[in-house]
Parts: sequence; structure tokens; C-alpha cells
Amino acid sequence: MTVVLDPTAELRPEHRERVARPESLSGLTVGLLDISKPRGDIFLDRVEERLTGLGAAVKRYRKPTFTKPAPVDLRQEIAVSCDAVIEALAD
Amino acid sequence: MAVVKKDCPTCVLVAPVLEAMAERAGLTVVTQDDPAFPRAAPWVVHDHDLALSWHNRIETVPTLLHVDRGAEAERIVGWSRDQWEEFSGLDGLGTDLPDSRPGCGSLSVDPSLRDELAVRFSGSRLKSRRLELASLEDDIEAMFDRGFTDGMPVVPPTEARVLRMLEGTSRAPDETVAVVPPDLVECTVEKVAVNAVMAGCRPEYLPVVLAAVAAACTDEFNMHGLLATTMPVGPVLIVNGPIRHEIGMNSGANLLGQGNRANSTIGRALQLVVRNVGGGKPGGVDRATQGSPSKIGLCFAEDEEGSAFDSFAESRGFDRADSVVTLFPGEGPRLMFDQKSRSAESLTRHFAQMLRVSISPRIVMQMETVIVMSPEHMARYRDAGWDRARLLAELEAELMVEGDDIVVGADGIEEGMPTFLAGRRLPKFPPGGVHVVHGGSRAGLFSSAIAGWVTGETGSVTVTKEIIR
Repeated sequence: MTVVLDPTAELRPEHRERVARPESLSGLTVGLLDISKPRGDIFLDRVEERLTGLGAAVKRYRKPTFTKPAPVDLRQEIAVSCDAVIEALAD
Repeated sequence: MAVVKKDCPTCVLVAPVLEAMAERAGLTVVTQDDPAFPRAAPWVVHDHDLALSWHNRIETVPTLLHVDRGAEAERIVGWSRDQWEEFSGLDGLGTDLPDSRPGCGSLSVDPSLRDELAVRFSGSRLKSRRLELASLEDDIEAMFDRGFTDGMPVVPPTEARVLRMLEGTSRAPDETVAVVPPDLVECTVEKVAVNAVMAGCRPEYLPVVLAAVAAACTDEFNMHGLLATTMPVGPVLIVNGPIRHEIGMNSGANLLGQGNRANSTIGRALQLVVRNVGGGKPGGVDRATQGSPSKIGLCFAEDEEGSAFDSFAESRGFDRADSVVTLFPGEGPRLMFDQKSRSAESLTRHFAQMLRVSISPRIVMQMETVIVMSPEHMARYRDAGWDRARLLAELEAELMVEGDDIVVGADGIEEGMPTFLAGRRLPKFPPGGVHVVHGGSRAGLFSSAIAGWVTGETGSVTVTKEIIR
């Protein structure tokens, strides 16, 4: 019998339930996160237009660079100010 | 105490002396093999599991050891009448024996026992979870089944192998090397050693792997972005300094290819750390559209001695005596062909033409590049008396691009730079964006270019780290 050492971080991921999907967007605040890819703003402008038409309030956010994860502060801000978030990847 | 074994002619020779010292000076004799050697007596202790020998780091028998309040005060290896008399304070020891005689190898360093003893007495300092493979499992297959490999077989990281690997560094196993993305996990020297074993590294490569892991996980190098991007890029490792020769790295023929163990396994070890410790796997956070062979692990050394330029490390602000590893965020190498240029000017203009298409001829100022210049191409610059600064200046001049030719829509092509750059002359690479490394065989008018990905604060910055043994 061979014994080897675990090469991984030995993490045990915690399972967390997703927030329930809203019945309607009317009256909710939706965050739009631009990841700073070219033309992401064009896509998100159109999404904002459609969301506003559905009665949602829209808040716009932007990552400093698409190559790095969103800063913790930004994620926290979105989490406390929005009911839902849409993250855009565009080129 | 004296540590001895019966299977040692010198120990047998001095057996009467040991008896005399036990009786007259209260010596304790520790026997490694026969419990009744030199004879069954209360002053003879059998080191049945070799724990005493291991922990006192006995390499030769007989060894005389004086321990005072837990600390070693004196050690005498082999038989020497003068030294033994001084040690014991007794006169006339073994007067019928030769004056001195070298000892034999201690059982605790016997090659057939060494690994087992290392695991028994040092294994407990390793913190990694032990995984027992079932007796019917093939060890190599078991590593695939558990998702630990990059697609090629890995060496199963047994405790004995990991302990041997750790002998390659003076750093403690529990020391943190870096926080590895994408899971942002604190990675210890031990976890790097486990993955270095799997990659096929020898212990002496470990310091290079440790430096590479530390460099990859800096905020500047941005390993997370390099992993997550859809572009076919990975960390390209370039090694400079004395360690290249000490560990037998290849900076000559086929340096970017297969065949050299250090070149082939060091970059792979870094990739395995990112995969196994950081949790970055293809299809997971690794979103490469097509990937490239460089993502398996691309590592090579510079031929500093044969270069007409300062070393690559010197161009990065280090000393020639420093051993360093540089991580460049790049693709696989691409050929730069020139068999006819006999002047530095001609070769430079041709290099510039070939570099203009790096990534795309229509993308400028966003990516850096590494030129791996072959000895025969370097000879053009040596003959012309050019140094690195001259080459880079001439290249920069040749690499100015007309914005009109590359903006969106030019030549009916929708890809390109923003239209506000029309009418301007633009540098192909950002300042300091061309790195020149010398290497390859002495025959062949072929160099290579390694294209980069997004550079600067918004992407990955080339990082050089000193290699600490």
C-alpha cells in the first residue's frame, strides 16, 4: 500500500444557497458591473435601458481592470446596495 | 556514549577499549546491530530502531559523543588513541592497537534504510494529509483518478520523496511561500515540495521552484489573470546566474524543447502548484480558448557566457553572481528566421518586421516580448560592437507603426486600435517592452520570439526574484 501526501490545499468548500430568483424586477435595484473590457459599456447601456423599462433602478459599477478579480470593497458595495447584479464580458 | 556496530572491523578492533572505558569511565555503548556487542552488559544499549543514531546524526561508527545537558559537547569519529584518551581522560587505551583507524558507515545512513528512517523520524513534521492508495490501485493511475495531474503522469509524492525534496532548501517545511490564486490559499514550502516531486524535479531544483511560485503570486505578475484569460499564455521562466550550471539547466541546443530534466520539470512544478494548491484548472478558472504548450511549463536558462550583451539578469538590475528567475507572461515561442543577414542593421530591421506581427500587426503598446537570440544571430551584434542598449534603441526606431495603418477599419479590417490614434506614429511595444535573452546551439540562424499578454498595472508585469537556497 502506497501512502502519498495530498498535493492540494485540502480545502473543504462551504455550500451556500443562492439568493432566490426575484419574481419581478420592478422596484428592485440592479447593479451592472463593467469589467473594463472594450465595448462593455455599449452592451451595458442597452441592458440598463431595458431594465429601466421594466421598472428597475440601475446602479453602474466598473472594475479597475478585467485582468484581476474585482476588489473586495467593490464586491461589498454591490452586495449591500443591490438586489441583483449583472456582470458583463464584452469585446 | 560510543555508537558502534558489530558489522564494522574497526568497532570489533576497539571492543576491548570500549569495555575498559565502560568499566573505568562509565561509558555507555550504543550498538546498532547485535544487541550483545561488544558483550551482553548493562552498559550496552541496543539502538533497535536506530532512533538514537538518527537523532544524533551519526554517520560513522565508532563515534564517541559527549552530550552535556542535552547539547553536544564533543564528537570523535573513528578510532584514534590520542583523541579517545583525551576524550575519556584515561591513559594506555588499546596499546596493542594501531594508533588510528577510520570507521565504517553508520546503519542509520545505510542507503537501504535511510528513506524509511527519514519518514519514521522526520515525517511527523510534514503537515499534508496522508492519502492511502488501495493495494489494487496502480500508483500512477491513482494520481490521474484524483485529478492531481496536468495530463501527463506524475511521480507519486510519498513521504520519503517529499522529505528528500525538502533537503534541497534550507527553508522550513511550514514556511509560507505565497498566497496562490485563484483560491488564494497560503502555500507552504512543503506543498511546493509535494508538487515538485510530482513534476519530476530533483531536490536541487526546489529553490528555483520556490522563487518561481513566489514571483508568480505577486500582485504585479497577476497569476490569476494569466490563468483566467482566454488567451494562450502562461508563466515563462528564465533562469540566470550560477544555479543554471549547478543544477544542469540547458541554455544551449534545444533549450526551448524537450530533453533536459531541469528545464522540463521546473516550469511544470509551478503549474502543478497553481493547479493543485491554487485550484486553477482548465475549464474552471483557467478559461484559455485554445491554450498552448507553454501552459504545461516553459522554463529555460540563458547562455550568459556566450553572449555579447550583459546578462538578462543584469538588464533587470541584478548581479551576475545572483541566481534569479524571471517570470514573463507569454505564449509559446515562435521562430524568427534570418539566414542571410550579415550586418547588425539588416538583422535588426528583419527582427523588427517579424516582431511587428506579435499578437497581431494591428495591436500595439499593450504587450511585451522576449527575444531568445541564438548564438549565430548574436555574432552579428558582437561583430558590429553593439550592446543591448544599442539593439533596443535601433529596434524601437524600426518598430514605430503608422496609426493610419492599424486603426479600426483600416484596410477594411474591423479589428485594430481606436480611431483616435489615426495620424499618429505609435511604438509597437511599451517602453522597456523588449527583453533579449541569449541561448541555443552554436549552429543555426534561427531565433525565437515569445509574445506577451496585457502588460502594466492593468495586466501582468514581468517579475524577477532572487533564488534563495
